[in-house]
Amino acid sequence: MRPRLAVYKFASCDGCQLQVIDVLGRARPHLGELAELLDIEHFLEARSRIGAGPYDVGLVEGSVSTPHDIERIKEIRQQCRFLVTIGACATAGGIQALRNWGQIDDFLSAVYATPAYIDTLATSDPVAAHVKVDFELRGCPIDPGQLASVISAFCVGRKPRLPGYSVCVECKERGTVCVAVAKGIPCLGPVTQAGCGGICPAHDRECFGCYGPDRQEPNLVSLTGFYERHGANRDSLGRLVQSFNAWAPEFRTEHDRLSGDAP
Amino acid sequence: MQPVWLPRHGLQHLINVLRDRGHRVVGPQVADGAVVYRDLADASLLPTGWLDHQDGGVYRLHHDPRAGTFDHVVGPHSLKNYLFPARETIEAWSRTPDGWQQTTPTYEPEQLAVIGIRGCDLAALAIQDRVFMGGESIDVRYKARREKLFVVAVNCRRAAATCFCHSMGCGPAAGPGFDIALTEVGDRFAIEAATEAGEAVLADITGRVSLVPLTPDEVASVRHVPETLRETMQARVAEEGKPRPRSLDTEKIRELLFENLTHPRWAEVADRCLSCANCTLVCPTCFCSSVGEVTDLTGDEVSRERQWASCFTLEHSQMHGANARPSTASRYRQWLTHKLAGWIDQFGTSGCTGCGRCITWCPVGIDITEEVAAIRESPASSPPLSPS
Ligand code: SF4
Ligand code: SF4
Ligand code: SF4
Ligand code: SF4
Repeated sequence: MRPRLAVYKFASCDGCQLQVIDVLGRARPHLGELAELLDIEHFLEARSRIGAGPYDVGLVEGSVSTPHDIERIKEIRQQCRFLVTIGACATAGGIQALRNWGQIDDFLSAVYATPAYIDTLATSDPVAAHVKVDFELRGCPIDPGQLASVISAFCVGRKPRLPGYSVCVECKERGTVCVAVAKGIPCLGPVTQAGCGGICPAHDRECFGCYGPDRQEPNLVSLTGFYERHGANRDSLGRLVQSFNAWAPEFRTEHDRLSGDAP
Repeated sequence: MQPVWLPRHGLQHLINVLRDRGHRVVGPQVADGAVVYRDLADASLLPTGWLDHQDGGVYRLHHDPRAGTFDHVVGPHSLKNYLFPARETIEAWSRTPDGWQQTTPTYEPEQLAVIGIRGCDLAALAIQDRVFMGGESIDVRYKARREKLFVVAVNCRRAAATCFCHSMGCGPAAGPGFDIALTEVGDRFAIEAATEAGEAVLADITGRVSLVPLTPDEVASVRHVPETLRETMQARVAEEGKPRPRSLDTEKIRELLFENLTHPRWAEVADRCLSCANCTLVCPTCFCSSVGEVTDLTGDEVSRERQWASCFTLEHSQMHGANARPSTASRYRQWLTHKLAGWIDQFGTSGCTGCGRCITWCPVGIDITEEVAAIRESPASSPPLSPS
């Protein structure tokens, strides 16, 4: 029997689900058609038919941000034999985790006419803060090739082949001239997990850290220190580490250190 | 063959002749803020008038009308990008009703000609030749590419602060290994051939532009161009507000490093090192790769892919159950001691040519010459470990 797939959405922009549709919906070059490998049983963004659980593999997009989300993710955990979180929101809390630095009541009264109707958590949390996650696939959004690799590895029963190095390796592979060295643009690539293929530096922009902190002791203090000594402003460095993966522990700690909020 | 003068406009003829002889021609060009290697059809794209200022973690181009065509030095790319590409499919297999069939396409390397190779990179070429085809195990693809390579070298007459070829005995004169070498003098180039292929190219150029032989006096003064630079490099001293001119004391360096495997400097450099691998990937001699199998979704198509690897990544030293070099300190030490010491045991030469790329392209400017100097300054009093 083919594995049965479920896809879920929490607090997110739907971009990662679009990548899932992209992967399922068309044959990948050199890969073939993923939809032939699985039965899509629950995927509200893509089809209205819902097959009953439990499911073999569940993909979760989005962060946990309400008490109801907590109940729902616990229920989903029970329904899915293998739970994979996808994207910066599900793996690190997403851009909306910026609220974790503020006061939730201030936001509520600024945005809603009747804050009393709003039932929310004070923080935007990664899924793993609430349930056990079997595999985290990072990225903002996730890379279709990596998703296909994770799903096919799951179907065959082997480890997915994902990069365990920095974005700089991808720059060097594609021959990109380093924007940090040649243009003095503070870039997060040296401390960011590879995955995108080094897109932004190839288009003359810094790496924004979409794939989260590099898994091997990312040395943010050294990197931002070098940028600062070469003229970068501390506030802008704080904002650089405070984007899609702001709440990832290493980026969060560095932001707080730069802004003087560190304990 | 006697060196001859090639006028500046003759560079276009050089490119044309190489192309007519079936070469893909690659040469230095300004792109994305650096002098990089790209396909070259038009001599006006050569970086005439551009100078590169290099320091730890910093590279900037400046236009200077007095600068010649080759007064820049080495950029982020090297011959390695062409002879040992970042990714390569080594084998491919398909599952068929009759069992597994090998589908690896027959390999036909292109006939590549690269213009602008410096002394340091010729030395690096010799080192990679040794690694990939000098022993019992030969990398057939590297060898096939290498045999078709045509090298147009350039004698440096300017060095960047990060250049230290003079310390490593690898430059600034273009050593052996080239087909043709150019030395820029005023508005023309002294050009000499060192191989039959090189002479054939010169003969073809002669049909298009007249090449005047150098007088014996001119030969002597042209030979003096890189020699003058070498003397200048040896005499360079640090000046306030300017990048420190690099040099490396190689006296008993193998013993120095192996006797200082527990030196506190390794922990100190690890505080700065990002483990990002840039230094190894820009280094023209680093040769590590990883090999992995890639399948399509059905598992019917399988290919074996080789990819650049680096001793700075954790996965490079991951073995079943444990990691041999779990800390940045141990990985930086691995790199530096292999490059400057272990390499001598393994291949009979240093693994460093003094090109300075690892210094410039390190995002935090970690400097191999400075690290060695720091260890030399205060050798550890702790008992030495064996280098195994
Ligand atoms: S541009 Fe950024 S990611 Fe690329 S090599 Fe430079 S620092 Fe690394
Ligand atoms: S290291 Fe020496 S040979 Fe290489 S570019 Fe610099 S001066 Fe030229
Ligand atoms: S170690 Fe550094 S200076 Fe030496 S050859 Fe490699 S990149 Fe060049
Ligand atoms: S020495 Fe520099 S380039 Fe090399 S891994 Fe460390 S930080 Fe990266």
